[in-house]
Amino acid sequence: MAQPILSQKTSPSAERRASREESVIKLASKSASYIALAAATVLAGAAMADPDEDQLVINGEIEIVTETKAPAHVENFDTIYSGWRFRSDETQAFEIDDFDNPGMLGVEAALDVWATAEGSEGKSCADCHGEPDEMAGARAVYPKWNEEAGEVRTLEMQVNDCRETRMGAEAWKYNARGMTDMVALLSSVSRGMPMNVAIDGPAQSTWEKGKEIYYTRYGQLELSCANCHEDNYGNMIRADHLSQGQTNGFPTYRLKNTKLNSVHDRFKGCIRDTRAHTYAPGSPEFVALELYVASRGNGLSVEGPSVRN
Amino acid sequence: MKKTLGLASVVVACASLASAEAVAPTDVTYEEGAVTTSLSGTPGNPENGAKLMDKGVGNCIACHEVSALSHLAFQGNVGPSLDGAADRWSEAELRGLVANAKMTFEGTMMPSFYRTEGFIRPGNGYTGKPVEGDVQPLLSAQDVEDVVSFLMTLKD
Repeated sequence: MAQPILSQKTSPSAERRASREESVIKLASKSASYIALAAATVLAGAAMADPDEDQLVINGEIEIVTETKAPAHVENFDTIYSGWRFRSDETQAFEIDDFDNPGMLGVEAALDVWATAEGSEGKSCADCHGEPDEMAGARAVYPKWNEEAGEVRTLEMQVNDCRETRMGAEAWKYNARGMTDMVALLSSVSRGMPMNVAIDGPAQSTWEKGKEIYYTRYGQLELSCANCHEDNYGNMIRADHLSQGQTNGFPTYRLKNTKLNSVHDRFKGCIRDTRAHTYAPGSPEFVALELYVASRGNGLSVEGPSVRN
Repeated sequence: MKKTLGLASVVVACASLASAEAVAPTDVTYEEGAVTTSLSGTPGNPENGAKLMDKGVGNCIACHEVSALSHLAFQGNVGPSLDGAADRWSEAELRGLVANAKMTFEGTMMPSFYRTEGFIRPGNGYTGKPVEGDVQPLLSAQDVEDVVSFLMTLKD
């Protein structure tokens, strides 16, 4: 059965078509999915492992949308899924209650920092912004165009702008622990709200740049984001169950390195693993890529700090 | 005795000549994706090929299932199963697929294991830093021959 795939040459467009056809198979109704799975097993020569059917409610009250219709600008997906749906039950369970979520330790650390005055102006975050809850919604729309600065900014960039401009404090290193903790705090108060980054108007050129990076095959292994996370989500690379690479769960506490990881840290790790010279966290390339990847998840709930393997 | 020694030294001379004349990654000739000539000039060792399927930069089973290696856990399914590969492909075709599968399947996700040019931001291994000097192929000429010789044992 595998012979037809192996014995004919395929063009990239044919591969994409095949991938889309596979997506259609993936979307087959539940009753038909066993047949589809059997067919896919024969085609791929190995068992497929699609996103599971589990639903996420945090603390018994925050309903998280982990599956929804793909935004129109995402060309090759019909449905988008949070990475949570690709993880094992054991890993998923960490996120169901904040007491079990090790990422919440970073949120707690940031809560102290939030209320602590720093810098020449003697101000804390709380002095301008009030309670962290007041920031609900911010995480969902970042990265975002900043008119005054004339650039697309991530939450990290905005935090550092506050520190330098309003507090007279030193900027944090882009992916310093304290910075990622603060972004985790800002994410936590937006949990359950739909990701909704703007990609039009002045943000469009940055979004286009991010899209180009997404489809560029980097490094000696010549792998793009799309190779794994668009064409092969649900499949296995060795022990890794490939997700769609959504950013709605960031910052992410990874069991692998037992700490909170920023989106740019993850980008860096992925590109490094293609045997490439990576971009730096906070670089214009990663800012653009973050906007593009975030836009692919518009509609999924903000979920950070999430827990992944 | 003299004659035997003489023969042995001829064999050694041939072997070193062959390895000295390994086809460079930039000199490989592909005919519709296939590579007829041995890259190293030395027959492949299927046992070492089987090891390369699992370990290091080979790691073929990260993406391909191979029932003959079922003792190795976590075989991936991004690429097709390699069971029966030798029934579907000739040795020359398999050599071409391992060396640079893009010559057979345009746009395939599969990395090119015997190529040194044309990369975007090539790195220094898995350090994330830029490569220093020339890019080395993922597999040596002999590694490719060893992997191909293992693949040639995969018959239904």
